[in-house]
Amino acid sequence: MPSPKLSTSLDQGGAPTGAPTKITQGSQTKGGIGESTLRPDGILKVTGEFAYSSDMWHEDMLWGQILRSTVAHAEIVSLDTSEALATPGVYAVMTYDDLPTEVKNYGLEIQDTPVLAHGKVRHHGEPVAIVAADHPETARRAAAKIKVEYRELPVITDEASATAPDAILVHENRDDHHIGHVPHPNVVHRQPIVRGDADRAAGRADVIVKGEYTFGMQDQAFLGPESGLAVPEEDGGVHLYIATQWLHSDLRQIAPVLGLPENKVRMTLAGVGGAFGGREDLSMQIHACLLALRTGKPVKIVYNRFESFFGHVHRHPAKLYYEHGATRDGKLTHVRCRIVLDGGAYASASPAVVGNASSLGIGPYVVDDVDIEAIALYTNNPPCGAMRGFGAVQACFAYEAQMDKVAKELGLDPVEFRRRNAMEQGTLLPTGQPVDSPAPVAELLRRVSAMPLPPERQWESSEGADVRQLPGGLSNTTHGEGVVRGIGYAVGIKNVGFSEGFDDYSTARVRMEVIAGEAVATVHTAMAEVGQGGVTVHAQIARTELGVAQVTIHPADTQVGSAGSTSASRQTYVTGGAVKNACELVREKVLETGRRRFGTYHPAWATAELLLEGGKVVTDGGEVLADLVDVLGEEAVEVEAEWRHRPTEPFDLRTGQGNGHVQYSFAAHRAVVEVDTELGLVKVIELACAQDVGKALNPLSVVGQIQGGTTQGLGVAVMEEIIVDPKTAKVRNPSFTDYLIPTILDTPTIPVDVLELADDHAPYGLRGIGEAPTLSSTPAVLAAIRNATGLELNRTPVRPEHLTGTA
Amino acid sequence: MRVNFTVNGRPQEADDVWEGESLLYVLRERLGLPGSKNACEQGECGSCTVRLDGVPVCSCLVAAGQVEGREVVTVEGLADYARDRAEKGCARGACGGEAPSGTSLDEARNWQARGSDSQTGEGTELSPVQQAFIDAGAVQCGFCTPGLLVAADEMLERNPNPTDADIREALSGNLCRCTGYEKIMDAVRLAAARQGEAV
Amino acid sequence: MDFLRPASWEEALAAKAEHPTAVPIAGGTDVMVEINFDHRRPEYLLDLNRIGDLYEWEVGDDSVRLGASVPYSRIMENLRSELPGLALASHTVASPQIRNRGGVGGNLGTASPAGDAHPALLAAGAEVEAASVRGTRLIPIDDFYTGVKRNALAPDELIRAVHVKKADGPQQYSKVGTRNAMVIAVCAFGLALHPDTRSVRTGIGSAAPTPVRAKVAEDFLDAALEEGGFWDNGKIITPSVAKQFADLCSAACNPIDDVRGTASYRRHAVGVMARRTLTWTWESYRGARRHTEGAA
Repeated sequence: MPSPKLSTSLDQGGAPTGAPTKITQGSQTKGGIGESTLRPDGILKVTGEFAYSSDMWHEDMLWGQILRSTVAHAEIVSLDTSEALATPGVYAVMTYDDLPTEVKNYGLEIQDTPVLAHGKVRHHGEPVAIVAADHPETARRAAAKIKVEYRELPVITDEASATAPDAILVHENRDDHHIGHVPHPNVVHRQPIVRGDADRAAGRADVIVKGEYTFGMQDQAFLGPESGLAVPEEDGGVHLYIATQWLHSDLRQIAPVLGLPENKVRMTLAGVGGAFGGREDLSMQIHACLLALRTGKPVKIVYNRFESFFGHVHRHPAKLYYEHGATRDGKLTHVRCRIVLDGGAYASASPAVVGNASSLGIGPYVVDDVDIEAIALYTNNPPCGAMRGFGAVQACFAYEAQMDKVAKELGLDPVEFRRRNAMEQGTLLPTGQPVDSPAPVAELLRRVSAMPLPPERQWESSEGADVRQLPGGLSNTTHGEGVVRGIGYAVGIKNVGFSEGFDDYSTARVRMEVIAGEAVATVHTAMAEVGQGGVTVHAQIARTELGVAQVTIHPADTQVGSAGSTSASRQTYVTGGAVKNACELVREKVLETGRRRFGTYHPAWATAELLLEGGKVVTDGGEVLADLVDVLGEEAVEVEAEWRHRPTEPFDLRTGQGNGHVQYSFAAHRAVVEVDTELGLVKVIELACAQDVGKALNPLSVVGQIQGGTTQGLGVAVMEEIIVDPKTAKVRNPSFTDYLIPTILDTPTIPVDVLELADDHAPYGLRGIGEAPTLSSTPAVLAAIRNATGLELNRTPVRPEHLTGTA
Repeated sequence: MRVNFTVNGRPQEADDVWEGESLLYVLRERLGLPGSKNACEQGECGSCTVRLDGVPVCSCLVAAGQVEGREVVTVEGLADYARDRAEKGCARGACGGEAPSGTSLDEARNWQARGSDSQTGEGTELSPVQQAFIDAGAVQCGFCTPGLLVAADEMLERNPNPTDADIREALSGNLCRCTGYEKIMDAVRLAAARQGEAV
Repeated sequence: MDFLRPASWEEALAAKAEHPTAVPIAGGTDVMVEINFDHRRPEYLLDLNRIGDLYEWEVGDDSVRLGASVPYSRIMENLRSELPGLALASHTVASPQIRNRGGVGGNLGTASPAGDAHPALLAAGAEVEAASVRGTRLIPIDDFYTGVKRNALAPDELIRAVHVKKADGPQQYSKVGTRNAMVIAVCAFGLALHPDTRSVRTGIGSAAPTPVRAKVAEDFLDAALEEGGFWDNGKIITPSVAKQFADLCSAACNPIDDVRGTASYRRHAVGVMARRTLTWTWESYRGARRHTEGAA
């Protein structure tokens, strides 16, 4: 119902509690790039003051609740909201029929996802109706009173059921741009990559090794659940405070559904409690806005952990079929592979995941004859999309298992075999694209294998076994019995940035002015800080480029141009590049002002290369020409500019050839595990990593990213999997009780060796770093477990039953 | 129902509390103290950890009505709590523990954060463990941080010289998804070492 | 929903008598999860936090009377020698935060087959003190678990305490989970040697609809130990006896496949834990014997 108090409540309320404010960072120290400066939001985060999206609060706000389907695939026969609407305290109940415009779907690339189900649900937990009420419990009780009658349909759950000739179509009447080249309408996208002649090359092989691999469905499991607050505005628009990875991508999908122009949907980034790909797609954004506009009141939606498992896409589970050939002297002859990704009910990022899985499908190795195919399916399983590593993770698990198998077949050391085939600068990818920056694959393997090994039997103490250091931990399952150590290696390649011809740019607005007698820079971007430390790096870049001590980071919002997504390891590269670029433009303007004001006082203004350092204009020889405070005076210099990395091209749909990527990131791991071989329990003792980062803008953050990514890879090696019932396509473990992520007792020491080989094409020579460590961590742990047990282990995660023959 | 209790040393009253509400909800939505986090609401992540009559508990699993008349300390009150403890010596916590330290005094003295930026909230008084989390790079997205800080602070109160295994055991109820825990280990070692230095 | 806050045990019993559907809440570690996730909306919540007696324990000559709400962390810290099996089990419960709140009363009230305390109670031997306005009774632990998440309590009864036999010999407890901390049992095993009665007791968790004892295995082992004079000669138990015991413990399971593990794995793991815990306890018994003999 419309609220008569709308304007007053907004007037009184103003910005909601928790609305982000500017963060200022700066001091006497230089704090430029290359230093481990501390997070500008650190104090707020340790005092509990930092406002996450779930912390937003507004006078008079309502709580939104989503009713989700209890079955995976069904027609909705009837939907009755009357009882829910009649519940005291309920302000609105909305279904598909209440959507305000003709735009009723959204999606990152293909708009196939209904805002609310229309006559049909395609996966377990699909949104069917939304409720706004004065208390979350009122909203929950009301949602429970909505009567939905389903007529269940057969479920599509795998490749066989999806591509059967009479298979029921997950999406009828597809008209997206992939339908023309897929073998079946239940295939979202198919990308073959063919180079050389794998058949002929196979004839040269002394050994041929085949393998079939299964990769389980991993969840991002960010700790801050999906949440946000939508506040209706007096101009009929709405202001959304939201945790996301890409404000402008959200905006582009939200505004048409609301029937509002984009400038009437204001978006401000609220604090983000982790993302890892899980916030690339929309979750509660449109629902909160719809309810706010319908009720005229601010509406907050916060998922609990159960709902979060249904509220975002997951990492694609995959089946991977590989054939590797090699000669006796340890050279790969060819690779054939087929990667089948389960995209679930909606497309999300599936097409791009297919592009990555195929183009990076053989790993960081030199192979001239390849035959690769990757597809993503439409099924009735949970939708899958972006997660850290994005297609490259699944492939790395399989090709690294294959590399170990081939090495074993040849009687070669697994590291040595990899070294003989390691990619280097100039190597052609299967797409025919040359790798045009350092590719220190062999060096990373050398480094990681040269690290000292952790001592044996660390659990032994004078008082007996310390179970905390044994497989099983506090559960007291072994005092050393059955425990065998194993060591494994893996290396991977991840592309950085958006590939395949995507116009991947970012925007930065940089302002420089004198405040309280000091030159201060303000950096305003729409970059989503999700924990990665982009805000730290932006301040460092501004200091380096503008010579100021104080840098203010403006809250990220849509009042500035798009920064692109905080994903694909791209933000330090692309938004960092945009900030650097904008700073350079500001610097030019400042120098122009300086020349105008002071040029006549010193010839160097006209002749020398000038820099801004320590709050002053200096020559490259170090001579001080002027104080920035004097140059700027009362004037503020501000520039907003877009910045792009080098363009890429789409892959040929038939051959997969094309310069599709812009940069790569390489990491290698050595895992040391101890396995209780009788109980099938694993303790990872150490997970050493070596990674090339190009240039570490903030070494402390770089190491933190590598350790975090490594741990997510460990998780999917030994415990993390969303289990979907193949008969019903329903999720069986949507909770932190049964979807397990590593605790501090599961996580080993993670020594990190950081290599800095500049990529001359990138700002400061840097490389995107966030994803690469997630790739090689999983296969390294699996290799170590194989080494300890002698088992083949063709799936991940590996659970106790797989190690004990009791699956 | 109405619930009266003490939070961070101040008496608080919450009205119209639904009987099924958790302490976490009351803190976050009724008392304006959203520092305790709502990551799982099933006692599996520790991000809502507070001290209830001095004992670390998951506030999501404490019914609001159960805190009537009791004392709660949240991350928002951690700095004051730590200061009081320091001023009162060992009055509020055990001072036992004689196991060898994970980080030596020298290591702590030589430890540096490389860079010394001031930050937003500069001038805010922090507890040693809060400062250590910032200095060691233990904060990324920060959602697990409040719960970890409350748990780590309590552990250091009980056991000022923890071994690595002790730290891991004490923090095994707090999930972090960003850091891989290494920097968290560093932070707790650092806080322990600085604490030892201060005594 | 109504929130009942009795200030005394008598008030609690009266409230439970008046509202038999009232759900007792103490540590909240089960009940609050169900409320937060909308799995349960009891008409009444009966808060037991204000009843101090429930947080106390008394060590008697033969047994420990353990208040229903004594937190696991206190059991770990304070009752290690009297109730070693239960202390070990307590240490495997969830996380430090949960161990600070949860107690044995909650485990018994919920009666989940996965409750960590059950195998230790079964192995040690225990009686549940159940009370109502009608009076108090002691329910032998062997009769307490009646079905999946069902127990022998009457609707008007509350658990006051559990009387656990003091250890007269070594006890052990193992639990398998797929994580090294904070994990619900895939399966668990408790074992207690009772030299006083020359008997062995076991408890199995999460491997049958209720917590169970492996009675055939116990009988077998009792007979084998007696026959070989092991209690007196303190010899190492022969591997074949240990294996037979382990196999019989596996056979006592009646597990299911679920998201936490397969039935086949559970049977296997219970056998491994049975063999290992027997080895650990027997080694400890032999060590204690040698020590006693040496002293004598």
